[in-house]
Amino acid sequence: MTAVARLGRSLPTRDGVRRSLRGAVAGLVALAGVVAVWEGYKWMGGHTDDHWPGTSFGLPVRTNDLVMPHANEIWGSLWDPVQRGRSQTLAGFLFQSARFTFSEAALGFVIGTIIGLALAVLMLRFSTAERGLMPWINISQTVPLIALAPIIVTWGRGTALSDTQAVSIIATYLTFFPVAVNALQGLQSPDQADLELMRSYASPWRHTLWKLRVPAARPYLFPAFKLAATLSVVGAIVGEISAGVKGGLGRAVLNFATIYSTGPEKLYASVLAAALLGLFVFALVSIVERFVDRNQIHNSNGSSGAGA
Amino acid sequence: MKMSDSAIVATGIGKTFNGNTDNAVVALDGIDLTVEPGEFVSLIGPSGCGKSTMLRVFGDLISPTEGTVEVFGKSAAQARLDRDYGMAFQKAGLFDWRKVSANIELPLELAGWSKDRRSYRSAEMLSLVKLQEFADHYPWQLSGGMQQRVAIARALSFEPKLLLMDEPFGALDEMTREHMQVELLRIYEQLGTTVVFVTHSIPEAAFLSDRVVVLSPRPGRIHSIIDVDLGKRDENTRESAEFFAMTTEVREALRSVEAMS
Repeated sequence: MTAVARLGRSLPTRDGVRRSLRGAVAGLVALAGVVAVWEGYKWMGGHTDDHWPGTSFGLPVRTNDLVMPHANEIWGSLWDPVQRGRSQTLAGFLFQSARFTFSEAALGFVIGTIIGLALAVLMLRFSTAERGLMPWINISQTVPLIALAPIIVTWGRGTALSDTQAVSIIATYLTFFPVAVNALQGLQSPDQADLELMRSYASPWRHTLWKLRVPAARPYLFPAFKLAATLSVVGAIVGEISAGVKGGLGRAVLNFATIYSTGPEKLYASVLAAALLGLFVFALVSIVERFVDRNQIHNSNGSSGAGA
Repeated sequence: MKMSDSAIVATGIGKTFNGNTDNAVVALDGIDLTVEPGEFVSLIGPSGCGKSTMLRVFGDLISPTEGTVEVFGKSAAQARLDRDYGMAFQKAGLFDWRKVSANIELPLELAGWSKDRRSYRSAEMLSLVKLQEFADHYPWQLSGGMQQRVAIARALSFEPKLLLMDEPFGALDEMTREHMQVELLRIYEQLGTTVVFVTHSIPEAAFLSDRVVVLSPRPGRIHSIIDVDLGKRDENTRESAEFFAMTTEVREALRSVEAMS
């Protein structure tokens, strides 16, 4: 009995810090790798007149400074004024745009998550709902967002919705899907034996939901939330472009694309900002997960203890 | 009627799975069995004899296609709603996200007990199964035998009148298993509950039971019922001539079942 594995709570926390550090280092190494490949490719193209070395095959992407500005130029452009005669830097402008897009995406994420969870519970409760809804939920994601976004914006204009709220609804459209599908799978994950146990206690449906199905679904939920968070950013940016909403990253990408020939690095910088916003929301959900996990120790250490 | 004094009165139980199809399987046929309060009854038989099905019919986890089950004079469904059943399965089935004490308190939560009463009872149950110092552990930090003891504590925490066990020690090694049998008898004698116990182990059935119900397969029927009286049992009982005689009797019944099929 004394030989039982006493895996204290401090262990997962220490693991967590180590994991975060490892993640940060891996991120920096990956970034350095991308820059190295970018500059290496550019350098190679510059020496072979955009051909694969020793062949007559052309490179898929030209390497001149207009198509591929130097990484340090993209970095440097961040600290230049966004527009001649304005004091705001490009970085400041992109940060402001990202905040705008974030607020749209966040609203879309929250609504989408609520709808996704509600749909999952509904489908769990009524198998007819699952049979009836699941095909539509799947079909919903085959409709191209680009085609759908203007319709949602048009509908929004017919009601009291502002255009930015319409953008949030477009983000919702992308986010509810992974949440609904994963949550349903998680809620259905308990064994037959666990369900029979609850039945033997005469547990009403809602207690079985809260005390068994929801805790069992937790490992399925956070991956879905992470996916939904990044999709909410994608949805918000696409929505902004479709709706012509000013102030967000979508408009920034659109604007810098039209002035590409005079400042290609600005478009790259705004794409970078969009990617960073995606990473940021992903990290935000991960932090919430870590917080929820704090008192929860995973079973990954196996159940082999001492003899009884 | 005298019937309502009994713990279980099963009359003419039949259970057919996939009825009205080509794959229809008759799992149980014409089962009549009465279990008296305080009795320890084992169900034993070759695989496919319907012993688990029978237990699940008694516990209202599935309904019989024929016949009736009365539990303490009520329908099985009513007995389940009245929380007359404690159940333990081969898989301990503890919830990973709950500490040991919270696992034991689960049925008490569902029955609406107050927090104080719950923690008092779970402490009591933990000392009954001799795991006091593991209240704040998570199930996966415990060995298989310890997990099974927690499952038994959970099954008994709300003092159900009837304990239904389906091969609860089936996944344990032989020594742990024998130890658990002694523990179960101690708890059973202390609490005076009624137990129906499914097993495929001959010595286990002989050691634990007042009566051993031997089932024959396809369709599941009662082949014979063997009365056991080993009196007060401990580890020495296993080496006694009486125990050897009982296991032999159960074994011969099982052999004649196999000869039939």
